Formats: sequence, C-alpha cells, structure tokens
Amino acid sequence: MKRLRPRIPGRSLVVALPYLWLLVFFVAPFVIVLKISFSDVDMAIPPYRPLFDWYAQHALAIRLNFNNYAFLFTDRLYIDAFLNSVKVAFVSTIFCLLLGYPMAYGMARAAPRTRNILLLLVVLPFWTSQLLRVYAWIGLLKANGVINNVLMGLGVIHSPLTMLYTPFAMYVGIVYSYLPFVILPLYANIEKMDWQLLEAALDLGCRPWQAFYKITLPLSRNGILAGSMLVFIPAVGEFVIPTLLGGPNSLMIGRILWDEFFSNRDWPVASAVAILMLLLLVPFMMWYQSIQARETAGP
Amino acid sequence: MNRRNSVFVLTCLAFGYAFLYVPIVSMVVFSFNASKLVTVWDAANSPTLRWFYALLGDDEILGAAWTSLKVALTNATGAVILGLLAGYGLARFPKFRGRVSLAAMTTAPLVMPEVITGLSLLLMFVALEQGIGWPAGRGVGTMIMAHMTFSMAYVTVVVQSRLATFDLSLEEAAMDLGARPLKVFFVITLPIILPAILSGWLLAFTLSWDDLVISSFTSGPGSNTLPMVVYSKVRLGVSPEVNALATLTITAVTIIVVGASLWMARAKRIADAH
Repeated sequence: MKRLRPRIPGRSLVVALPYLWLLVFFVAPFVIVLKISFSDVDMAIPPYRPLFDWYAQHALAIRLNFNNYAFLFTDRLYIDAFLNSVKVAFVSTIFCLLLGYPMAYGMARAAPRTRNILLLLVVLPFWTSQLLRVYAWIGLLKANGVINNVLMGLGVIHSPLTMLYTPFAMYVGIVYSYLPFVILPLYANIEKMDWQLLEAALDLGCRPWQAFYKITLPLSRNGILAGSMLVFIPAVGEFVIPTLLGGPNSLMIGRILWDEFFSNRDWPVASAVAILMLLLLVPFMMWYQSIQARETAGP
Repeated sequence: MNRRNSVFVLTCLAFGYAFLYVPIVSMVVFSFNASKLVTVWDAANSPTLRWFYALLGDDEILGAAWTSLKVALTNATGAVILGLLAGYGLARFPKFRGRVSLAAMTTAPLVMPEVITGLSLLLMFVALEQGIGWPAGRGVGTMIMAHMTFSMAYVTVVVQSRLATFDLSLEEAAMDLGARPLKVFFVITLPIILPAILSGWLLAFTLSWDDLVISSFTSGPGSNTLPMVVYSKVRLGVSPEVNALATLTITAVTIIVVGASLWMARAKRIADAH
C-alpha cells in the first residue's frame, strides 16, 4: 500500500520562506564580505572604495586588489594569530573530550532517574549567558580572587599565583564554556548503544579497557566527531574568552578581526581575515554536516 | 545487568560537575558580599542586598535590559515561525529542490564563529542601505534580523528532531478519516510538537538575550543590549553589580528550565500512556 503522507498545499511555499531568509541573511552577506575584502580602505562612510566604477557611463572598471591578503601573509602577527587560534581550539577540544567523554558515559549508564537530573545539570549552564559564566572565572582566577584566597588561607601558597590574563585562563574558559557542547552529542550517542555487545565482549574474556577500546569507542565515533566539531569550529573564532581571560597578549584571530573592524576601522582587512577563517573552517563544517546527516539517517 | 559506573567514571563525573558549578555558585555567593572588591568577603556587613538595589537603580542597565527584551521577544517569535517551516520541510518532505542546501544553511549557523556572522551581516546591512536605502541606519531592527538568522537554525534542529521521532500513523489516521492536510497539521501535528516549539522559542529567546558579538556588530548608536553593557563593565575586571545580575539571571533560568522539563516529562508520560 502506498503510504499516505499529509500533503500541505503549496509545499514549496512552506520551505520558500526560510530558504529565502537564509539566502538573503546568511549566504548573501558572505558574497559582500568577499567583495569588500578585495577593495581599498578609504576615509569615508562606509570606509572602503567601491569595487566597480562606471567610467563615462559605459566602461566598467573593476579594481580587484589582493593587497589585503598580501598584507595578512606578510605580517607575522596575522599568521601567528591564525596558527595560535587553531592550536588553542585543538587543545581545548582534546581537553573537552577527555573530561566530557567519561561524564557522558557515566550519565548514559546511570539509573534513569539520576540520568535525567544529571542531564538537566549539564543543560542548565548551557542556558546561562556565556558572558556571565566567563566573567565568573575572573572572580575565581584574579590575584585576590577566590582560588588564591583559599590557597593562601590554607597555607598552600604564600603569594598569589598569576592565573588571570594568561593562556591557562583562556584554556580554562574555553573548556568550561564548550564542555556542554561535547557532552550532549556524546551522551545522545552513547545512550543509544547496545550494551549487550559490551557484555558479550566481557563474557568472552576481554578486559574492561580492551572492551572499551574495541567496542564502546568505535561505536561512539559519530558522537566524538560531532562534539569535537561543535567545540573546534566556534573556538577558532572565539572572541569573548580570549579578551576577558587571555589578557592583552592572547593572539586569537577572532580578536584580530574585532580590533581591525572596531579599533582600526579597516573593513577590507577585517573582511579578508573573515574570508581566510571561512576557508579554513568550511571543510570542518561540511564534515560536521555529513556526520549529522549520518546520525539522523539512523543505522 | 551490571550498569554500575566504575570509580574512574564517578570521579570524572564529580570533578566535571564541580568544574561546571563552582564558578556559578561562587558568583552567586559573592553577589551578597558588601565589599566592592567582590571576591574579598566583608564579614561585618554581609550578606547584603546592596548590589541588587544598585542594579535596579542603574538606568544604563535597565535601558539595556529593555532593549534586549524587545529584541529577544521579537526574535524568538520570528525564529520559531521560520524554524518551524524549515524543520517541517526537512523532516516531512523527503525530496525537494534545494533540500541539501537548506540543510546546509540551517546547520552552518550553529557552528559559525560569531565574529564572522556579525561582520558579514553588518557589511550587508551597510551595503543594502547604500544600495536601496533600507534598512535606514542600524539598531533594534537590524539586531532582530541578525538574531533571527542564527536562532532559526537552532529552532529548525529542535523541530526537525521532534518530527523525526513522531508517529506518522497519527497523521495518516486523520487523513484516512477525511481530515484536510491543513486541518491535520493544526489538529494533530502542531499539538504533538508543541513542547518542541516551546523549547525552540525559549532557546531562541535565550540565544538573543545572551548574544554579545553579533549584537555589537549589528546594533546602532543608542541601542546597547544588556550583554554589551555587561561586557563594557567587566572588561576591566569584576563588578559587584554584574554579580547581582548573574544571580538574578541564574535564578530565572533555573526556574524556567526546571519548570519546563517537569512539564515536558509530564506531557511525555501522558503521551506514552495513550
């Protein structure tokens, strides 16, 4: 029998509205960023020269210049910031996985009632403003902050440790902010796992670690990859955490873009930075999308 | 069946939850501290509600909160409409032209670094203003459009995943009994996915209420949002008023999230009983 499907009149109308919206507000802006990244900075409003000019009404002149890109590749600052951002995002992703995986695993194996409470406790910080949660670390890490006060009160240290405005603080902030993003997809993945496979392996004489390595880990591959992408991609362009916790010397590309735009008012260079960041991240986004498609398609 | 967690896993859980909650709890505790230094406890005068009163008398914060509220409410409603349409289309229409690109466009905003989204939207608003004169200037309107663009992606995911686990036979039964497609949608589909729509709305509201980066790019003079004011206060260190604001925020979030999950657990129990 042919399966009946509810047919909404004008199916195309249903998807047309969100489709057009995203085309106008998500895709078109990138074309404009690309265009501006090839133009000259100008002391005008807006501060860039048009790319196309009509000479005497009939000749179209296109001034495409690669100066902005050349500039990014000649100044060490930008290259270092790019490399550093990738490194920081990568290391943070590893730490998120190292802490998030056992947590998601423990949640998935807890009794159903406990599981719901544990899940709620992971979701709750996710609903609280990231800015405020990052701010909380300033109070903990600063020279006369909570951690130093407690350690000095206990006599562990005699002079305060410098933690705020260091790379350490930045890593803590990123791992802290993005931890729920790695726990949730991992939990969703591990929860669906067939535990009998693990028991079979143990019955057949596998050691627990071996069984984990051979059964659980490969089965949760999609969860690991999805969680990693949810941390890595946004962390490369992170702005708030490096600025508030990393101090003035933290070289992150998201900060460079912000400063070029807001402090230097150099829109073309900011655009070129954005385009290079996109070129770096788009392969990861496509990878993420294919993982998601596989996960929703089911076994 | 042995479902006990090992000592290692339990240790990780304990450490992980401590890591998640120590900063939040400490921020809340110190919001009742009388000292301006925030983290140095003034035992003589604390606990006090001093900073809560200061917060409620701060016109800059109140004005920004009002702007944020206007943006977040409009954004959440608009994002739910767009996200419901996109999520319904992706979940229910197996094949249509542009399906792959729609799926890509609704996934990308979830991971796109905010500085890129913010910059590109602003540059487009400027180019549009130059080209066709709309939108004239930047402010609440441009912020709402920008927020709707990334929050609708989240609503789409929530709606789509709810529809994917939903029993199609209910819709089919209604059709067999002669209900017209639109009636099926409003009488059967919509009530069943209502919890998903509600959580999508709350999510869109929260994303907008908390957003700093995209708002900073797309706002105009005089339309500062709450996160923008908070950011300018905390960029140079701690501020006791921000601790008070954090306590209020966390209390509200806890009540709403716990309330909503209890309500949804109940709705699920009723649905399962049928």
